[in-house]
Amino acid sequence: MATQITRLLMERKEKLLQIWMEGQVSELSLRLDRMTSQDLYRQSKEFVDAFVAAVASGNVEDLNRHEWEPVRRMLVQISVSRSHQGFSPTETANYIFSLKEVLIRLIQSELNNQIDVFVQEFIPLSRVLDKLGLITFDSYTRAREEIIIRQQQEMLELSTPVIRVWDGILALPLIGTLDSGRTQVIMENLLRGIQDTNSDVAILDISGVPTVDTLVAQHIMKTVSAARLMGAECIISGIRPEIAQTIVQLGVDLSMVKTRASLAGALRLAYEMRKLTVVPAGKG
Amino acid sequence: MQRIPILKMGPFLLVTIQVDLHDRLVMALQDDLTNMVSKTGARGVLIDISSLDMVDSFIGRMLGGIAAVTRLMDAQTVVVGMQPAVAITMVELGLDLPGVLTALNVERGMELLRSRLGLVREMAHDIDTKA
Repeated sequence: MATQITRLLMERKEKLLQIWMEGQVSELSLRLDRMTSQDLYRQSKEFVDAFVAAVASGNVEDLNRHEWEPVRRMLVQISVSRSHQGFSPTETANYIFSLKEVLIRLIQSELNNQIDVFVQEFIPLSRVLDKLGLITFDSYTRAREEIIIRQQQEMLELSTPVIRVWDGILALPLIGTLDSGRTQVIMENLLRGIQDTNSDVAILDISGVPTVDTLVAQHIMKTVSAARLMGAECIISGIRPEIAQTIVQLGVDLSMVKTRASLAGALRLAYEMRKLTVVPAGKG
Repeated sequence: MQRIPILKMGPFLLVTIQVDLHDRLVMALQDDLTNMVSKTGARGVLIDISSLDMVDSFIGRMLGGIAAVTRLMDAQTVVVGMQPAVAITMVELGLDLPGVLTALNVERGMELLRSRLGLVREMAHDIDTKA
């Protein structure tokens, strides 16, 4: 069913693209550092082609049908790349909504007096464009969430490095608040480190941990026990005066664990345990 | 019935677990080990569980039990090569095997047993006299 609007769209595709581009460029003038106008033009041309082809198929009801598949795929791709490029949600959704505005203006100027045709034929098209806008928003949000989840994981990994201090000696500087999610990662990293590097001494440095409560202490004890089961011994270092006091006040029994006030002390102990001595140069 | 082989190496017994442990098998292992300790008068038992990737509470408890029984018979048990995942499970189950010696691998486990039993000097002496 080639309606008037469909015919109009097919005939005026070039003009539609041109007006849309002008609108987008003036709106995005500040954002052109994120993508070039050539890229935008290419993207928009492909999209208009796909959109007009889909409208020409006659189906402006069901976006899940295969005629709309290229349009949907393209739109998802555009939204994902915009979310990566740092565009705001509004800017991304406006990509579709600005097309709608351009369409209205174009159709209005071409179908001057035929209000009934305009209403009858434009409403389904408008609904389609709204749905496309929702797809944009949906895929934008999803892409953003993926970024956030990935960053969270990276932060978890970054904040718990396992350092090989010497042959058979590992150090784990713990920084920031220890919640159960992080302590799990810490334990897994430490145990993997012990296995990979064949180390039998591990230093857990808690200088960068702001507070120690019973839960944190319990997690540390668990980590120490697990390391012991694998055959490695743990030293806990960086116990500041306040933390030492809290631990005692909480009634946490760390007497089974080797503890030192500073990382230097822990290193000294670790060297002793591995029967190593550090000698000043020249006195060998 | 399937059995886990127990090898005698000097004053030590070496057990390498290569199959999935189930309850009957561990109980049989405990029997065999205690008999073997009494027969050979072994001073140390080394259990290598590096190929074990799953442990339930029963098997965990049995490992502790084996260590306790052999200690009564004057043999020190060392468990070596526990996988990280197994260690985490054991700790979560509250089985941290107090009193059981542990080591990273068979080699370190042997060293540990020797030093525990005061055999280091004899060994060193052996090497010295041979050299």
